[in-house]
Amino acid sequence: MAFATFWFILIAVLWTGFFVLEGFDLGVGMLHAVVARDEAGRRAAINTIGPLWDGNEVWLIVAAAAMFAAFPDWYATMFSGFYLAIVLLLAGLIIRGVSFEFRGKIGSRRWRGTWDFLMTAGSLLVPLVIGIALSDLVHGVPIGSDQEYTGNLGDLFTGYSVFGGITITVLCVVHGATFLALKTTGAVRERASLIGRRVAPAAAVAVLGFLAWTHAASGKGVLVNVPELIAIMAAFAAAALTATGREGWSFAATTVAMAATIGSLFVELYPDVMVSSTSPAYNLTVRGAASGEYALKVMTVIVAVLLPVVLLYQAWTYHVFRMRVSAERFQGPEAAHD
Amino acid sequence: MSQLDLARLQFAMTSIYHFLFVPVTIGLGFLTALLQTGWHRTGSPELLRLTRFFGTVLVIGVAVGVVTGLVQEFQFGMDWSQYSRTVGDVFGAPLAMEGLAAFFLESTFLGLWLFGWDKLPRRVHLATIWAVAFGGALSALFIMAANSWMQHPVGYKINTATGRPQLDDVWALFTNPVFLRGYVHVLLASLVTGSLVMLAVAAWQLRRGTDREAFRPAAKLSLVVLVPALLLAMLVGSELGVTEAKYQPMKIAAAEAQWTTCQPCSFSVFQVGGGNKDQTPTKIFEIPHLLSLLATNHWNGQVVGLNEVETQYQQQYGPGYYVPNVFIQYWSMRVMAYLAAVVLLIGLAGLWLLRRERLYTKTWFLRVATWAVILPFLMNTAGWLLTESGRQPWVVQGLQLTRHGVSPSVDTTTVVISIVVFFLIYAALAVVAAILMTRYARRQLAPPPELDEPVPAVAY
Repeated sequence: MAFATFWFILIAVLWTGFFVLEGFDLGVGMLHAVVARDEAGRRAAINTIGPLWDGNEVWLIVAAAAMFAAFPDWYATMFSGFYLAIVLLLAGLIIRGVSFEFRGKIGSRRWRGTWDFLMTAGSLLVPLVIGIALSDLVHGVPIGSDQEYTGNLGDLFTGYSVFGGITITVLCVVHGATFLALKTTGAVRERASLIGRRVAPAAAVAVLGFLAWTHAASGKGVLVNVPELIAIMAAFAAAALTATGREGWSFAATTVAMAATIGSLFVELYPDVMVSSTSPAYNLTVRGAASGEYALKVMTVIVAVLLPVVLLYQAWTYHVFRMRVSAERFQGPEAAHD
Repeated sequence: MSQLDLARLQFAMTSIYHFLFVPVTIGLGFLTALLQTGWHRTGSPELLRLTRFFGTVLVIGVAVGVVTGLVQEFQFGMDWSQYSRTVGDVFGAPLAMEGLAAFFLESTFLGLWLFGWDKLPRRVHLATIWAVAFGGALSALFIMAANSWMQHPVGYKINTATGRPQLDDVWALFTNPVFLRGYVHVLLASLVTGSLVMLAVAAWQLRRGTDREAFRPAAKLSLVVLVPALLLAMLVGSELGVTEAKYQPMKIAAAEAQWTTCQPCSFSVFQVGGGNKDQTPTKIFEIPHLLSLLATNHWNGQVVGLNEVETQYQQQYGPGYYVPNVFIQYWSMRVMAYLAAVVLLIGLAGLWLLRRERLYTKTWFLRVATWAVILPFLMNTAGWLLTESGRQPWVVQGLQLTRHGVSPSVDTTTVVISIVVFFLIYAALAVVAAILMTRYARRQLAPPPELDEPVPAVAY
């Protein structure tokens, strides 16, 4: 297998990993103020992802860096073309990232309320913008003969891409709800399960519609696309499982649905990395946008050594924090803030 | 302002801001790890309380450092797409390595450290803070390897079909002489920054706080780290100057506002004017031979002047103006060096007082030490201005001019919008982070933590 193809697959894996892992903590960010009415409950919700979100977010950082290193033209065209959308994404990532650390540091209600709002807004913005951007890659945006983006901000918001952004955001909500139901106790757990039950069917329908649209629009024939089928089945399985209250299985189903949805976008994209809506001749391809053989080879060695280690210690983190987080822990004056 | 100017302004603004927080987190990471190691060895409850106290300051710094680092990474593609296209093959590799090797480590283990107090065995928990500290230092290693390549490109060949540089020796990136010295210098500067922050907090607490006794070990530790780290940073920094004089003669000549070649060269301590070729500087105070010594390591070494390098570059690269901003170079170099001397005096005074057992009670010293917290931030900023402004007009020395690196598809309005957005967010973050850090720094120490029993989520 050519190194360029390997790196395309790896980048797909990194984006998929990002949405599988950060997907639920984005969901928790959006839901934390909904699943709990009181401060103790909110803190319990946030604490389910407290030790994890920062490590999860690195998947995004590595995905972007891998695009830069392995496909400089892809990185350059996409990031300069999607400029203002990325400003919005960064704004979302910044306010969300600091809100976790800042919200609990001062005891006042207004202070926490402000950060709760920012955490919710930031967590919503991130999957929405990335969802739209990934859909745009598949669907195509105006790219000229010199590989430069020729459209404006409005060209990024097509019916398809906005539907894609919403689908991925709703998937994050369900993924977060099943995670919260699995990781909390008491009232927070009940509300999270209820949200999971209510939103999961809508998410399943959205995934079905979005992937059908993707498949129809990509013009790659009616050949059965395995990840798309898996995504749809998992999304409906999640809807059924949340209704039965089987938390572990529900979370497993949303995990698969998320992974397969993001995975199918990249399967549809191959062998291109960016589709030009101006002319297919201007598409950026895996082969054409890739770095030199030597650079890819060196980085392949690095990845082969490091990625297993990263997976091991991240898995260990999940093991260490496998316990449920209970709101009772945050009640009383002692736990006002720390 | 043109799109080029705006993109440069944005890069300068976001980089300087990002680098206010990075050295604090690297430095405090190691110092917090040392405090926790002290607790692990002695079992002293004071040391545990100090560990958790400075750990909180560390976490606020990391939070802002991480989110502003994202802007740095994405900005290459947003504003500098031609740069990214041209050099991604070489420059991208250390960035990807940073993510995989360092950033995962730092972020994951920070989560484990913060939330793992009651869940991990003590020894393992101690290892997590060391992993955080090393992760931060490793992060800087890859970033400095990438940056040094822009200062002195090595390990590549030009692809004849595309005209772009291609990596052909990855090892060269990590043996680049500019990298080796630059990285060690940054690491030591981070320790200086971290220890000055710790010293300032401890000094304030010793003077005004309610836990005076408890902060003594922190004051002592910070001084013991500060002075050697600063002396080494000065030494390595001057070696870096010699290295840069060799590979980027423009940078060093501009830092001295030296238009004509000289031998031996005197160092101007302070001068007025001389910012451009036709201005004769008024040298207020000069030290003979010092510039020769600094730039070449020889008493009578020759320093090539700006005019001569300019003529040489025009022959080599074609017509153009290759002189960086002399005013910025001259003053950023001096701000960095002079403030380092001030910090050294403060550090030595502190050590002397420590020896005489009067450190914890000398009010004047504690007051000075508190205010000295501003100095490392000025020094770090000046250091980066010196390095990055001195590289101009190149984005990669000798390979690509900065003006050829900008994104062709981005217009000025777009950059203005993003500058405004980031400026507002960064300003708000600065205010909040400053309020929180100050509040925390003035707080009483928390009592030792209690353990509690969590409920299992999945039974297995």
